[in-house]
Amino acid sequence: MNNITEVKGRSLWSDARRRFFQNKAAVAGLIALTTIVLISFIGPYFAVWSNEEIDWDVMGSAATLGMPSFESGHYFGTDDLGRDLYSRVLQGTRVSLMVGVIGAGISVLVGTIYGTVAGYVGGRTDQIMMRTVDILMSIPFMFVIILLLVVFGRSIGMLFLGIGLLSWLDMSRIVRGQTLSLKNKEFVEAARATGVSTPTIIMRHIIPNLLGIVAIYATLLVPAMILTESFISFLGLGVQEPLTSWGALISEGAGTIRYDTEWQLIAPLIFFVITLFSFFFIGDGLRDALDPKDR
Amino acid sequence: MNILDVKNLSVKFDTPDGVVNAVNDVSFSLGEGKTLAIVGESGSGKSQTAFGILGLLPKNGHTAGSVKYMGTEILNLPEAEMNKYRANEIAMIFQDPMTSLNPYMRISKQLTEVLVYHKGMSQADALKESIRMLDAVQIPDAANRVRMYPHEFSGGMRQRVMIAMSLLCGPKLLIADEPTTALDVTVQAEIMDLLIDLQEDFGMAIILITHDMGIVAGSCEDTLVMFGGNVMEYQSTVDLFKNPQHPYTRGLLEAVPRLDQDVDTLSTVSYDFLTGAKS
Amino acid sequence: MLKYSFSRVLVAIPTLLILIIISFLLMHAAPGGPFTSERPLPPQVLANIQAKYGLDDPLYVQLWEYLKGIIFHFDFGPSFQRKDLTVNEIIAQGFPITLTYGGLSFIVATLIGGTLGIVAAIRQNTIIDYFAVGISIGAQVLPNFVMAPLLVWLFTLGLGWLPGGGWNGGAWPNLIMPVIALSTSYMASIARITRSSMLEVLNSNYIRTARAKGLPERTVILRHALKPSLVPLISYLGVAFVGMITGSVVIDIYFSTGGMGVAFVNSALNRDYSVMMGITILIGALTIVFALLADLLYAWVDPKIRY
Repeated sequence: MNNITEVKGRSLWSDARRRFFQNKAAVAGLIALTTIVLISFIGPYFAVWSNEEIDWDVMGSAATLGMPSFESGHYFGTDDLGRDLYSRVLQGTRVSLMVGVIGAGISVLVGTIYGTVAGYVGGRTDQIMMRTVDILMSIPFMFVIILLLVVFGRSIGMLFLGIGLLSWLDMSRIVRGQTLSLKNKEFVEAARATGVSTPTIIMRHIIPNLLGIVAIYATLLVPAMILTESFISFLGLGVQEPLTSWGALISEGAGTIRYDTEWQLIAPLIFFVITLFSFFFIGDGLRDALDPKDR
Repeated sequence: MNILDVKNLSVKFDTPDGVVNAVNDVSFSLGEGKTLAIVGESGSGKSQTAFGILGLLPKNGHTAGSVKYMGTEILNLPEAEMNKYRANEIAMIFQDPMTSLNPYMRISKQLTEVLVYHKGMSQADALKESIRMLDAVQIPDAANRVRMYPHEFSGGMRQRVMIAMSLLCGPKLLIADEPTTALDVTVQAEIMDLLIDLQEDFGMAIILITHDMGIVAGSCEDTLVMFGGNVMEYQSTVDLFKNPQHPYTRGLLEAVPRLDQDVDTLSTVSYDFLTGAKS
Repeated sequence: MLKYSFSRVLVAIPTLLILIIISFLLMHAAPGGPFTSERPLPPQVLANIQAKYGLDDPLYVQLWEYLKGIIFHFDFGPSFQRKDLTVNEIIAQGFPITLTYGGLSFIVATLIGGTLGIVAAIRQNTIIDYFAVGISIGAQVLPNFVMAPLLVWLFTLGLGWLPGGGWNGGAWPNLIMPVIALSTSYMASIARITRSSMLEVLNSNYIRTARAKGLPERTVILRHALKPSLVPLISYLGVAFVGMITGSVVIDIYFSTGGMGVAFVNSALNRDYSVMMGITILIGALTIVFALLADLLYAWVDPKIRY
């Protein structure tokens, strides 16, 4: 009659790790992403051509001689100018990933601090801080970033600044909302009632409980930053030669697709698509793992 | 004839961690106009029993066994067949009145649609009848308040609206799933009094799901005690209080605080019976 | 409701002002811009700018003149590069085109995405659901600048069905690819949002109440579940709208549709600051107005805000 079994307690994090690794899409994403990162850093040692070198034999007849082949050393073919696409894609991968990670990093740093302060201090400070975010959010940021890039010159540094300016807004809102609800949780009130100091409460009770949600959104922000950068670079307003990025490469490939050189579009696109998928799957996996109520 | 005969009802849920047995082999029967209490702590399966009877389980829930309403099997009927019984013959009110009404619809619409659909009434007649029913559950100024949205009502008032809604078609059985749990203590008593009055007026049977032994003693003929999805004890309320058979029931009864005795610590329910030890 | 609307409008106005001021200051700070006179400008352009801004006046007077022009006359001043054109004329050429296919994309994304999401939620864990989820996951990595070349590769170069670009007065063969390219990723997001909110609503207590009332499934979904499940979508519509307007730049470049995007990118490459600013501010204003509309729609739908 009594088929009631003892339920073993599981710690929140080990439980989350278990759920994450049960999620096949997330694990596949993690493996794919690791592979791409490794390729982009180790791959250049296997390259025959550098990313700037022009293969004069190919130049001018990329559609016929620039095809992907092992014999010529152009594993992914060449671009229209006869530059090795393999090297250029790897180089673009490094730039795009860097933009994504740094953009998300800025967002985590600024957004978390801004959001925690607004949420924990509350009252008028909170109101002013969040109203500012509201106002900034309704500005068409893509245009402002482009304006910035044009006014102060197109450089990677300016691109980082522009993307950084845009990225933290969402994060601060999320963190603030989470802080606000944590602040009124019983365990925080209990800590306060037993005389734990405010910094200790923030360090020991608020921040650890924010980690999960910050990790989830940071993972989803990386692809968002990559998309932003790619958009700007596609328009030719972002990363400048000789540096390149996925957006710039896709733009070149898209421009030459009429001349039967589809590998120029497909090679960067495969890296772009796999990476974005990986980040989305990892992000979803993290969300499912860390936010059990969403299951 | 009994209004409801439940035999070996069980409820299972498919979850990512495997099948969970929420209710095992529950059997009881209920005569016309009678009241049955289903008692148990949170998670004992009492609400799932009720949802199982009406076919209101979430998609991953399954029921087995038999539920006969007036002699007719109604368990696992197709949705369209079951809808003829819901509200019309068996109505249900829920634990949380704050979230059980649709926040995007006026009360009037939520009430009248029941009559329009089941009784084929015109909108105007249905509205008149709805207002009459709101009066019956003692909502002041019903004719005006019927046009309001749920968020404009307090918790107790919303539960009254829920009760009015459930009674519109004159059901023979009302399943009340912890109707007072989410309410203030004073409001709790009012709602219980209202339910008992209405039971007399409408002559319906009630299944009252609760964890409040005080309510059970006051208003129910029979009591079914559940724990961990299983029936611990099922007998008349009078006998249950006088001579509880199961150690769990004894524990439950001892845990009820009493005003006429002075104790230093409140008693908690002992789970020794699970391991076979006598308490 | 009135108070709520009023407060939203009150936020919208300073937002727009801040945008204008930021753009204006950026333009002034620009090295090599017209205001620093590092670069010789055609005399006629210089004369136009001089007449409009009065370059010798202090900064705040110039800003005030600029603001006055926009607010009272909707006048963004002369172009810095093209001597016979004002910013208004440049915008007037491309804006109707952008608005046509942008609006169409918006409608397509909302209708198809919304329907897909709702049907997927109602038929959860069926083929339809997997199809919808699959599409919405796949489309996340297909932004407009990826869709556009892929579509051209397939429909123009491969199948030869559709013209690879041009506007042609907005004829439908010219519209199809721009609209698909622009709407796909937003359609996917809308489907995803609608699906998850519909699922949440279907699991809510008040839907259980509706079921307990014995209402047929159709009524439960159409009357009880539909409206609440569309609420989260409203706040996303503003985001989608901005995204599509932004994306139109790519469409104009890639499909030569002749919308505002070409003017924007050209002005960015040629440092025609006044055109850039004009377009940025116009789009900012559109964004803000749209966000305002979304807020008001939200209030109209949700009775808790309405009263």
